[in-house]
Amino acid sequence: MSQLLEVNSLYVHHGQLCAVDDVSFTLPEGEILAIVGANGAGKSTLLRTIAGLQHQTSGSIVLGGDDIGKLTPNRRVRRGISLVPEGRRLFASMTLEENLLVGASHANDGPFTVKRIYELFEWMPARRKQSVWQLSGGEQQAVAIGRALVANPRILLLDELSLGLAPIVVEKIYALIPEIVAHGVSILVVEQDVAQGVSVADRVLCLLEGKTSLVGTPSELTAQQIDRAYFGTDLASSAPGALST
Amino acid sequence: MTWLNILIQGALIGGFYALFACGLSLMFGVLKVINLAHGDMAVVAGYVAVFLTPHLHIPEIWSFLIVVPIFGALGYVVQRTLIQKSIDRDPFTTLLVTFGLSVVIENLLLEAYSANGQTVNIGSLGYESWHPGSIFYISYVSLGVLGAAVLVLLILQLFLSRTSTGRLIRAVADDREAAQMSGANYRHIFGIAAAIAFATVALAGIAYGMMTQFAPTSGGVNLLFAFEAVVIGGIGSLWGTLIGGIALGIAQQFGAHFNVEYQILAGNVLFLIVLAIRPQGLFGRKTALS
Repeated sequence: MSQLLEVNSLYVHHGQLCAVDDVSFTLPEGEILAIVGANGAGKSTLLRTIAGLQHQTSGSIVLGGDDIGKLTPNRRVRRGISLVPEGRRLFASMTLEENLLVGASHANDGPFTVKRIYELFEWMPARRKQSVWQLSGGEQQAVAIGRALVANPRILLLDELSLGLAPIVVEKIYALIPEIVAHGVSILVVEQDVAQGVSVADRVLCLLEGKTSLVGTPSELTAQQIDRAYFGTDLASSAPGALST
Repeated sequence: MTWLNILIQGALIGGFYALFACGLSLMFGVLKVINLAHGDMAVVAGYVAVFLTPHLHIPEIWSFLIVVPIFGALGYVVQRTLIQKSIDRDPFTTLLVTFGLSVVIENLLLEAYSANGQTVNIGSLGYESWHPGSIFYISYVSLGVLGAAVLVLLILQLFLSRTSTGRLIRAVADDREAAQMSGANYRHIFGIAAAIAFATVALAGIAYGMMTQFAPTSGGVNLLFAFEAVVIGGIGSLWGTLIGGIALGIAQQFGAHFNVEYQILAGNVLFLIVLAIRPQGLFGRKTALS
């Protein structure tokens, strides 16, 4: 399978702090890669760097054979990278439809249009004229996903989809992912909620203090291995009953 | 009847304040830049109208047709070079740069054209007025400027809400990063917003020259009134700027009714009252402050 995205020994610094420390991975076309890790492990920084919102210190980000590491975020959108940012970051002064139209303003060719988004989320057409702040958290998350999808990305970067949402809403949103992949979009999903990330992914990459602590497919990794990679210690053996294995 | 006259005269001058202020409001709302040279740009536009258009054999009353597009282009260039460079450093730098620009402009104008007052010559129309009642005088120029302000705000409102570029301007104002993630080149969008701001302030500068005399240092006091209009109306609200301008104009006329020296004081008092009671302005959103 051809590699759509290649990240090679990437380093990213926040001032003195090394937030992403020699991370390498590949994302083949049509695959879902989950990046899990604790708070401050560098997951969001990694996604933001791939999207171009953060400068890399060294290393390379290669999309479809081209190094995109020096491109501005808006140029990366045109190359096919769209980010659904943490906290949704909708345009607060706008209606639902206007948010989608902004997303479509520099769109690539592809299957997703505002109309197609309205088919994907059937509740949207009736409420398209509403301000986004009138929507619930889950609905706002759906708009954020729609806004990224209408740009017709080759890779969709999803940052902490589950943050602040009820479990049932999170489940509904994750249920959409197979449908998005069916349209030929590859997905890089960052999750603090390990179970959620692992359940949806083809492969899992665990970050610990900026470094890759574990890589594998969900079937070959045990919960204990993931716990150890996530926390950096073997909680299950050191603290009885702390986490089920 | 006297009170009605105060309201009418206040509203007329308020139209000018709104026209002057809407560019300032746009620059702050979208770029988060307080352009301290805003007033001086208006004065420069006045000088261009007075000294350039006679060479082109165009009546000065139509000078805005030439000057406004020139200033639009100038706004884009100044933004993409000088102002963007200072934004990339930090917000404080933009204050220093625009303040420096203001000083340079005023002194260059003094050097080139002296401190003599100038007016945009529109013939007898400049002092003719409509005389609907025994004590009412409505100057045609002031009425025209109020009409122009309403028209500009209406066009701006339609542009921002109905066009794709307008939506992108609002998107960048809401959340610059999220707008970039939707493919928008925010520097280009900033340039467009600055072009609109410069174009409107050029129009305001010419309007000022039709209403009264201006000199190289006239920009400062008008900038103060524009600030007050924006803050009274609420940052980020176009129609709020018009209402703010009119409220300021009425307050000034009200003060002047008792004593001419109270004219500016009354405007400042209204500004301070609004700031104390409703810091987000009459039509502003609270979130705009955070």
